[in-house]
Amino acid sequence: MTAAAEPGLHPEPPVDLHSAAAEQAHDIALARKDILRIATAGSVDDGKSTLIGRLLYDSKAVFEDQYEAVERASKGDYVDLALLTDGLRAEREQGITIDVAYRYFSTPRRTFILADTPGHVQYTRNMVTGASTADLAIVLVDARKGMLEQSRRHAFLASLLRVPHLVVAVNKMDLVDWSEAAYEAIRDEFTAFAAKLNIPDLTVVPISALQGDNVVTRSANTPWYEGPSLLHHLEHVHVASDRNLVDTRFPVQYVIRPQSDAHHDYRGYAGRVASGVLRTGDEVQVLPSGLTTTIAGIDGPRGPVDEAFPPMSVTVRLADDLDVSRGDLICRPANAPHATQDLDALICWMTDEPLRPRQRLAVKHTTRSVRAMVKDVGYRLDVNTLHRDTDAVELGLNDIGRVTLRTTQPLFVDDYARNRATGRFILVDEATNATVGAGMLVAP
Amino acid sequence: MTTPDYRLSQLETLEAESIHVIREVVAELERPVLLFSGGKDSIVMLELARKAFAPARIPFPVMHVNTGLNFPEVLEFRDKRVAELGVQLVVASVPDAIAAGTVKEEPNGSRNRIQTPVLLDAVEEHGFTALFGGARRDEDKARAKERMFSFRDEFGQWDPKNQRPELWDLYNGRIHLGESIRVFPLSNWTELDIWQYILREEIAIPPLYLAEEREVVERQGMLYAVNEFIRPRDGEQTRRESVRYRTVGDANLTAAVPSVATTVEEVIAEIAVTRMTERGATRGDDKVSDAAMEDRKKEGYF
Repeated sequence: MTAAAEPGLHPEPPVDLHSAAAEQAHDIALARKDILRIATAGSVDDGKSTLIGRLLYDSKAVFEDQYEAVERASKGDYVDLALLTDGLRAEREQGITIDVAYRYFSTPRRTFILADTPGHVQYTRNMVTGASTADLAIVLVDARKGMLEQSRRHAFLASLLRVPHLVVAVNKMDLVDWSEAAYEAIRDEFTAFAAKLNIPDLTVVPISALQGDNVVTRSANTPWYEGPSLLHHLEHVHVASDRNLVDTRFPVQYVIRPQSDAHHDYRGYAGRVASGVLRTGDEVQVLPSGLTTTIAGIDGPRGPVDEAFPPMSVTVRLADDLDVSRGDLICRPANAPHATQDLDALICWMTDEPLRPRQRLAVKHTTRSVRAMVKDVGYRLDVNTLHRDTDAVELGLNDIGRVTLRTTQPLFVDDYARNRATGRFILVDEATNATVGAGMLVAP
Repeated sequence: MTTPDYRLSQLETLEAESIHVIREVVAELERPVLLFSGGKDSIVMLELARKAFAPARIPFPVMHVNTGLNFPEVLEFRDKRVAELGVQLVVASVPDAIAAGTVKEEPNGSRNRIQTPVLLDAVEEHGFTALFGGARRDEDKARAKERMFSFRDEFGQWDPKNQRPELWDLYNGRIHLGESIRVFPLSNWTELDIWQYILREEIAIPPLYLAEEREVVERQGMLYAVNEFIRPRDGEQTRRESVRYRTVGDANLTAAVPSVATTVEEVIAEIAVTRMTERGATRGDDKVSDAAMEDRKKEGYF
């Protein structure tokens, strides 16, 4: 951040707005794009930071002063792009990465939000956090080492969170002389492993993050590889159909009542469409009351809209004056979620104090918060072998297991596999207020 | 805006996310307040708050930390916007705190550090439990690890090693008495997104953001427009140059950049080809050290 402050430097001249570069930049900046959310997993040695640095640098998300700072700090023959993702001072001092960091870059087609999750400390908690919002996960594998325990673990966690697309980046291909056999061995082993998990879309790309091969453009070093470069895949992977547009679920977040002269009778239910499509005129049911009515209108950020779909934030007006409040859910009468006080879920536990039967916790599910008691720990899952330990009686920090809970009030739930938005919840410790667990509901 | 394939653009997606976050805070926390500096990010945040509750009024007040070194154009803009929206304005004043002796002026003239205790005192006085800030994660590496809902202890401090995990869009706003949550609805926006949104939504901004010929003085490779707080020192030459501001901080520290962009669209074209981070290019206060932001955030700065 110091480049501009060096004495003797002068301000850069103004940009020539009529230059070809400025016109191109303008067109790219104003193009309509969509967002792809990515989670990356890996540890210090597999080149994850270098890969992210490469994506940021080659997509021009890195600014000159950042690059110069990294250039000065680099020690070897190459500019160490890994330093671009260098974190907090506390992390540099201890040589560790503490937490999930978010990075941003864009191309003319898409903008990317990348959750960079550290691989070693608190890996499960961090990976689960990063993967929770991801459309796509990138798992790095060192071509020299092949598939390691942690590669399996990362792939498993991505599948547990139902990240729809997985990319395995076989890195350091330059160090195995661009061996097709090395790539194929890893690809085949990973494909076989992925078949046991819920991974609907797997892509395996041979790369060298250090030299940039197959990261942005296809490399001449891998003539045998017929797939896309990593960035090309990220730009083109089809994510629109990943959303559930079938089951209409609208958790009411907040009731808007202006109580002003201009909008005397306005009463709108604000929220984010969790799944499905809402249309003006649709017959809907409100839970928990079960009463039915029709949608009189939908207001979006720019005024009335005919329909609303995920992830839109809108305000729904109903034809009848019903008693609806935060935590209620609007759905279609013939397609309602399961109302239940018994939750059966896979839980990722995120705090030192173990989860045990009879423990009381707060549950936040969509916009509804209730209290719950742990009834039973069914099994603990070994994330490396996928073995189920049915003798387990508690879950420790970073453990994942099958747990049943009983809530004080009914929740309106779907199976996480069918509906990520209504199949998930968090657990909060009522004494410390800390978020201590993430839950994914298993079909009743 | 509806498309047959049910897709949102990146701006619509970010907008939906921010509105969801803002509504969630109002639904879950007792006394929220929105930090409004008159800068472009807080202007966009205020516009998103308006959209989140329309046609009702924004159901929380707006707070401005007045350092006494504000650009007059920004104060004027603040008052106009607050009046249009009919929201309550709370001003936390650094000059008042200096006069009362609760904070001391720093030797370098920067009030960046001393505005933090003034902010925290105002939060305590008004009992605010949630503070909306316009920070973005792309601004700085300390911000890259921020949560949307960022927990602060009773001293307003940030502990980067002990953050609550934030899963999906299920935000945890639970606090004990005296604690608070900093909320960053613009976390996932980039500088370009902010500008594109200003363009698309035709949002008014202070004229400082557009290029104009101004009297400037050059210091250490940066251009400072001569104003109430920046006077040419002995031996310094002033000159007329077309410049604009990329960020609007304190008038004694914020540098301008050479620019001929007189419309928002031209600003976007300039930013798209400019290769210098916002803060690196224009903020004297972030140059103190590589971890300047990290240190200030731990103390309770936004």
